[in-house]
This record gives sequence, C-alpha cells and structure tokens, in this order.
Amino acid sequence: MVTSAPLWSVLVVPVILAGFAAIAVLADALLAVRAAGRPARLAAAGPVAETARLLVGQRRVTLASDALLWRLGVLTVPAAGMLAALVIPFGTVTASRMSVGVVWFNAMEVLTWAALWMAGWGANAALSLVGGYRYVAQGLAYELPLMLALISAATGAQSLNVADIVAAQSHLWFAVWMPAAFLVYLAGVYGFSFLGPFAYPAGTDLASGVLAEVSGVDRLVIEAGRWLLLAAGAGMAVPLFLGGGTGPLLPPWAWSAIKTLAVLAVLTWARRRLPVLRADRYAELAWVVLIPLSVVQALVPALVDLTR
Amino acid sequence: MTTAVFWVLALLAAASGFMVFRFNSMARVTISLMVSFLASGGLLVLLGLGYLGVVVILMMVMEMVIMAVFMIAYMMNPAGLMPMAMFHNKRGSLAIAVVTFALLAAGIFLTPWPHRSGAPPRDATRQLGTALMGSQMLTMITLGFTLLATMVGAVVLATQRGRYDRFGDDLKRRPPSDPVRGGVGR
Amino acid sequence: MTLQLFLLLAAGLFAIGLYGALSQQSIVMIMMGLELMLNGVTVGAGAFWHYLAPASASGQVILVAVVVAMSVEMAIGFAVVTAIFRAREVDMTDMAADLKR
Repeated sequence: MVTSAPLWSVLVVPVILAGFAAIAVLADALLAVRAAGRPARLAAAGPVAETARLLVGQRRVTLASDALLWRLGVLTVPAAGMLAALVIPFGTVTASRMSVGVVWFNAMEVLTWAALWMAGWGANAALSLVGGYRYVAQGLAYELPLMLALISAATGAQSLNVADIVAAQSHLWFAVWMPAAFLVYLAGVYGFSFLGPFAYPAGTDLASGVLAEVSGVDRLVIEAGRWLLLAAGAGMAVPLFLGGGTGPLLPPWAWSAIKTLAVLAVLTWARRRLPVLRADRYAELAWVVLIPLSVVQALVPALVDLTR
Repeated sequence: MTTAVFWVLALLAAASGFMVFRFNSMARVTISLMVSFLASGGLLVLLGLGYLGVVVILMMVMEMVIMAVFMIAYMMNPAGLMPMAMFHNKRGSLAIAVVTFALLAAGIFLTPWPHRSGAPPRDATRQLGTALMGSQMLTMITLGFTLLATMVGAVVLATQRGRYDRFGDDLKRRPPSDPVRGGVGR
Repeated sequence: MTLQLFLLLAAGLFAIGLYGALSQQSIVMIMMGLELMLNGVTVGAGAFWHYLAPASASGQVILVAVVVAMSVEMAIGFAVVTAIFRAREVDMTDMAADLKR
C-alpha cells in the first residue's frame, strides 16, 4: 500500500534520482573503459574529471544568442526529470500520491520537447538549431506510442494513480501480459532522454547538435539532465510494469531499488549496442505500425477489465 | 495559500498573454503563450480539475512547440533582431478589445449568479469519464469524428503531392515515389 | 478566489486575445490571439463547473470540447497557412483576399 510522504520528501527525491543517475553514468563509463581494453579501476576517473572540468569551464558566448531561452531550455531538462520523479514510489512511500500520477509523468517528460527546442534555438548557431529541430521530429514519432503504453498500464489498473497501478500487479506483473507496452515504454524512455538509438539530436554528424554550443556549467546541467531523465524513466518502469516494491524477503524499498537498477542496467548496456537512428527512418514505422499496435495493446487490459 | 497561488497564476497568465503581442522575437512569443497556458492548467488544478489541468499542460506544451516550428518558418523576423510592428488598425482593435472587456466585466459583476448546486465529486476524473462514456456519448462521438476530419483535412491541405504525383499517372507505380522514404517500405 | 475573479481573468484573456486577433497582420499571429481567447474560455468553463455546478459533468465536457476546438483550429490553421504560403509565398491576411470579389 503506497502512502504519501511528508512535504520535505520533495527535496529528497532529486537526491535519490541523482544517485541512480550517477550509478548509470559510472556503469556507462565502466562499459566504455572495458570496451577500450583498459583496466576497470579507471572507470570512475572519466565522469569525475569531466564533471570537474565542466564546473570550472568558461561558458561559450555566441553572437546574438537568446540567453533567456537558452538557459531556460538547458535548465528545464533536469527539472523535467526531477518533476517527473515526484510520482514514482520508492517502496511504499511516494513524494506525491496525486490521483493523476501517470498523466503528470507524461506531462513532465513532454516538457523536454520545449526544453530541447529552446536549448537548440537559444544558441543562435546552425548546428544547435538543427539538433533542436531533430528532437521535435523524433518526439513526434515516439510520443504517441509512449502515451498509449502509459494508458495501457493505467487501464490495466483502472486508475491513473500510480499507487493503484502497483496494487493491481499483486498477482501478475503488467510487463508479462502487456509486453508490447513495456517495450514501447522503454523505447520512449530512450526517446525523451535522447540517449542510445534516439541520440539523433546530439549526433556526432552535427558536432553534438543540441550540445554543440553548450559549455561549462550549462553542459554539465544538460548532460546530467539526460541521465536524470533516463533514471526517472527507469524508476517509473518499476511501478508501471514491474510490480513496484513487491517481492519476498527484502523490504519494499530494497525491491524498488533492485528493480530500478536492473532496468537501468539493461538501458545502459543496450545504449552502447544500438546504433543511432535517423528520425525520418522510423517516423513512418512509429505512426503506421507502433500506434495501431499500442492501441491494440491498450485494448487488451480494457477487455480483461470488462470480462472480470 | 491557495489564494496566493491563484493570484500568482492569474497574473502570470494575463501578463504572459499580453507579452505575446509585445515581444519582437517569435520564439519568445510562442514560449510566452506556453507559459500562459501552463498558468491556466495550474488554475484548473486549483479548481479541483486535476486531470483536465494536467492534460491542458501536456497538450499545450506539445502544441506550442509545434506552433514554434511554424512561427519560425512563416514569420519574417523570427529572432526579433530587428524591431518590427506588423499591425493593422491598432487603435480600432484596442478599442474593441477594451469595450469587450468592459462589457464582460459588467456582466460578471452585475449578473445574479445562482448558488452552487451540489457538491464536488470525490473523483472529478471518474465523473468526466463516466459522463463521456455514458450520457455524453454523442459529444464524444462528435469530437472523435471532428478530430478525424481535422487530421484528414490538414494533411490534404498541407501536402503538395497528390496521388498522381506519388503513384504515377495510371496510379500503378509501387513503391510510391516520395522525397523521403519511410521506414516501412510501402 | 471567487467566481467573479476567475471570470474576470477569463474575460481579460479573451480581450487580450481579441486585440491580438484583430490587430495582427500575420495569420500565425492571429492564431495566437485565437488560442488566447480559447484559453480564457477554458478558465471560464472550469470556474463555472467548480462554482456553479460541480455535481454535473457538463462543465468538464465543455472544457474538453474547448480544448479539442483549440487543437482542431491549430491544425487546420497551420495547414491553411502552409497551402497559402505554397501558392502565394505570403502569410499576410491583407494579401490573402482570394475570396474577395
């Protein structure tokens, strides 16, 4: 039974989210170091040194940049992740037990659309602008299937409250009888954190696209924002599809942490295995194949609820 | 507490709505309209319409980003680097707007509003859902058909290429000739 | 936080949107004005539901209809602007007087 925590837990949620994101970043650095054939103990040096460098680095100033929109866009990326994480239950406690938690999560991750468009526009640089527009293009492709996947999970529990969705999985996880929704959701997590196959807006063919002109603290903020969004997405997969904090022996918060780390491990590992996709190659696939598939998937829990 | 939040959101909505027509940069204009919508969504949440408020926030962020793409494409001074005034009949429209507001405000304060009938439901979302699926099913069907017609009409209006451009004069060319090949290979 | 205050805000947003819709030359800016007007109607509909008839779902259904109208208006508006731009290379209402005799 998920209960709401007191108001000060809103400040603890970013810390926990940052912890999971840091673990993901270190795991990714470990995989990179092992892939390069160097010993594993050098893994932590990469992210730590990069963070220190960016903290003291100078901000790049471009000609006639829209500083207000630029900073606002860069700041909104981690802010969206942290706001989305407010409805994720950790064990049996959640910072906000709002009755429309699933829609809130959806709305907060849609904020990344505005954030990355502004971050691409604000720099007044061609490649940065192209990167921002690329994010809107891929957003149009992944957003509707992701929304339908979230609706499938909510329909299975007949409620938009994340706590009710956890309670409805006491017999069987949603990932087992709604696998298409789970896979579409994981793809959507890559989409809104523009990592892995959806790193098109920050692609190397654009000299890092959206990230091209961002430097210094701004770069640290937006890169941290990507990993925070990935951690928030992985964290939300647990109550939506993997049964929340339920499990034998260990306390609920431990099961939440283990399941979140498992999803994060899969996402971080797969990120290095999948090539970056161009948005126009899968836009038709997303609209013509994935949306009908997601609609049919959303019908499955509806029919199950009707016959129960 | 809720009164303070109401005043903040109301002033934010009105101010950012007004700034839509004052900014020179089209990007700032669109973001300002987005902020106005976010404030309206917040006000709906204050009124107890949690689901509709969050849905307004979600939809309006997406719609404003798409609107930003079109604004930048079609407006001639997108970055606002030059001061620009593209108005016609500024005084007349200001007069009409002020008169409209005065009439509406007079109506608001002079109308004898009826008393509240009934109490708010425990779950406003369930109330909306039950109504749309039950007594308001006709509205739901009409909205659905309107959206379908909109989708078809918008694509038909916006596409430059028709069937004969894609499939050839005898409509027999397969696969269709498109400038960008989709991912499904149809 | 009374009904009158919410309706005053709704009327204010409606008036600002009306000013914009009447005074702007560019079609997309006129659409911004229309969106603001519908924004005002949205807040007004919500206020009516909460302060006058919360037991009935009609206020919420009106709100849903207004939000759908907003999306429909935006979609068709941009499609029309695209079509006009393709045909004429302009996006000004003063020059899009094709239906005028």
